Amino acid sequence: MDKVKQKDLILYSGLIILGLAAPFLFPGFKVQLTILCVLIVLAMTWNLQGGEMGYNTFGNILFYGLGMYLTASVQVGMFFPLAEWTESGGEKTFVHTTSQYFQGMGVGLLVAALVPTVIAGAIGYAILGLRGHYFAICTLGLGIAAGEIAGGIEIIGAGQGFTTPPFPKDIVDPGARGDFFYFLSFVLLIGTFVFIKWIYGSRFKLILNAIRDNEDKAEAMGIQTMKYKIVGWMVSAFFAGLAGGIMGGLIGYIDSTDVAFDGREMGVFMVLMAILGGKGTLWGPVIGATLFHFLKEGFWTLILGWQYVALGVLIVVIVIYFPEGLMGWLREKYPERFGEVIDEKDRKAQVELK
Amino acid sequence: MDFLIFKAPILMVQASLDGILLGILFALIAYGMALQWGVMNIINIAQGDLVILGGYIAYTMYLAGIHPAWGVIVSPIIMFFVGWALYKLVINKVVDRDLFISILATFGIAIIFQQLMNFIFGADVVVAQSEYGTTMLFDNSVTLPNSKIFSAVVSILYAIALVIYMKKSRLGRAIRATAQNARAAKILGVDTEKVYAATFGINAALCGIAGALIAITLTLHPYVGLPYTVRSFMIVIVAGLGNLPAVAISGMGLGLFEEFADYILGTEFRIGAVFMLLVFILVYRRFKLSKKREYLK
Repeated sequence: MDKVKQKDLILYSGLIILGLAAPFLFPGFKVQLTILCVLIVLAMTWNLQGGEMGYNTFGNILFYGLGMYLTASVQVGMFFPLAEWTESGGEKTFVHTTSQYFQGMGVGLLVAALVPTVIAGAIGYAILGLRGHYFAICTLGLGIAAGEIAGGIEIIGAGQGFTTPPFPKDIVDPGARGDFFYFLSFVLLIGTFVFIKWIYGSRFKLILNAIRDNEDKAEAMGIQTMKYKIVGWMVSAFFAGLAGGIMGGLIGYIDSTDVAFDGREMGVFMVLMAILGGKGTLWGPVIGATLFHFLKEGFWTLILGWQYVALGVLIVVIVIYFPEGLMGWLREKYPERFGEVIDEKDRKAQVELK
Repeated sequence: MDFLIFKAPILMVQASLDGILLGILFALIAYGMALQWGVMNIINIAQGDLVILGGYIAYTMYLAGIHPAWGVIVSPIIMFFVGWALYKLVINKVVDRDLFISILATFGIAIIFQQLMNFIFGADVVVAQSEYGTTMLFDNSVTLPNSKIFSAVVSILYAIALVIYMKKSRLGRAIRATAQNARAAKILGVDTEKVYAATFGINAALCGIAGALIAITLTLHPYVGLPYTVRSFMIVIVAGLGNLPAVAISGMGLGLFEEFADYILGTEFRIGAVFMLLVFILVYRRFKLSKKREYLK
């Protein structure tokens, strides 16, 4: 047991050192690394619903988009009139000082974490009462409706988008902006990972699994399934909101359907990343997101113009041929590594049955 | 109430007529959805994109100088084979599996279709002019494009033809038998694989008809497929599988809702209202069923 812990310690400290050193090792890829952190967070939080609880949601994009709009709105609204900002295209008329920028960002991120959590709790009772594909379609509708509605609201820029406050000009170091967003997202990633790892060692995870395997039986065993489903969704909303807030600041421009409530891209990406890595595992989404990001960035430029066709083919191939993902495949191949003991007699019986 | 529609009640007549004619079209797409859902137990997210593809077939004919109304005959024939090919390539691998897999796989297909249509036909909003003129009613205060009346009539004719075909023909009976019990049908000698392919083909053909009609009456754009999918999904969950009169009625209801939402909320919220209605219908049914300690299946 001690040996395993030592191994884990080396692994984790190695990863943290790698994460801290990454922006200095690859200064040209800071933005990509930031996006990678956000993608991993989104995949891990999606996995909490889709993988552990068996509720395949397309709706986590709702919290991501909300977080994005909230952070930017608070950051602007704290110091300047929001309506004038969006109308004039923002940065031309009003300029944030350095301290205003960071204060606004801090409060904005706080709001972006809390409000989606509260909303997830509020709508959770109604939405999570749906099951299976009805839940999937309902959340799909929710995400797209949010995008369409946000695209009609004047004060947050409506169809023409919302320019987030630019990074303060007083900071002359050209790499500062990239470093700031990278470390922000890296801290978020570590926070998410630690929290979800803690969930994996808790009774909460077992209850989520019970809901996935058979909700009616779980309820019959006296588990208040609805309570746990809502809490699980709130956890996802918390981290997805933060991820959205960081992403909004990084991109610098929010569009209702192409950036914030981007169900066609980000909303599907998170599902795909979790499935690619193996849903229902701790490391699956992390590996899946990393692999997906490399694939995407590697091929996107090569096949420019055809990237969506490639994405569609990728979705179809992954879903049909690798529904268990990378971790599922490894598990099948090396069950001992995952702490599974296979009884030889049992295996033979299985083979005979086939 | 400060809305234009309440000040000028004649607009209500306009909205109702528009809504009902549009709703008949939606019902046709929804019937295809119900067919494949009932028979093959898959939810096809690419349904709307099949519709748009069918529309672009009519539009291509229009560009070639043929009257786009002929699209309602040509488009379903082409789309039947598109559907058949799609079944053989992808859908047959998701039929017996979890519904979420079919949702995701068809989502992938939808993305491919959207992008290919974007390449071939461009990202502009297009419309195929039928030049059927308009009918004026009530002292010229209600305008009704004849193309909308044409589309409703064609939809109804095709729906009746399909119902008769499903009742009388050998394939129709095989499809209904497979929907009831695929295993039993297989034992009794029905080639279910072929039935599935034909079902998906018929569904695609229905989408082709609807698309050709949309090309004449509304507008086409590569990325507007998903709202049609959601509309047909909504109609099916309200009406149930395989209940054609209910499908027609809820289709018209949806059309009415949309036209009134358009007037009251504004055009920019029209699609948003459709998606919100989906959420509300699902949540409403969930609360109604949860009183009996049941859930939507």
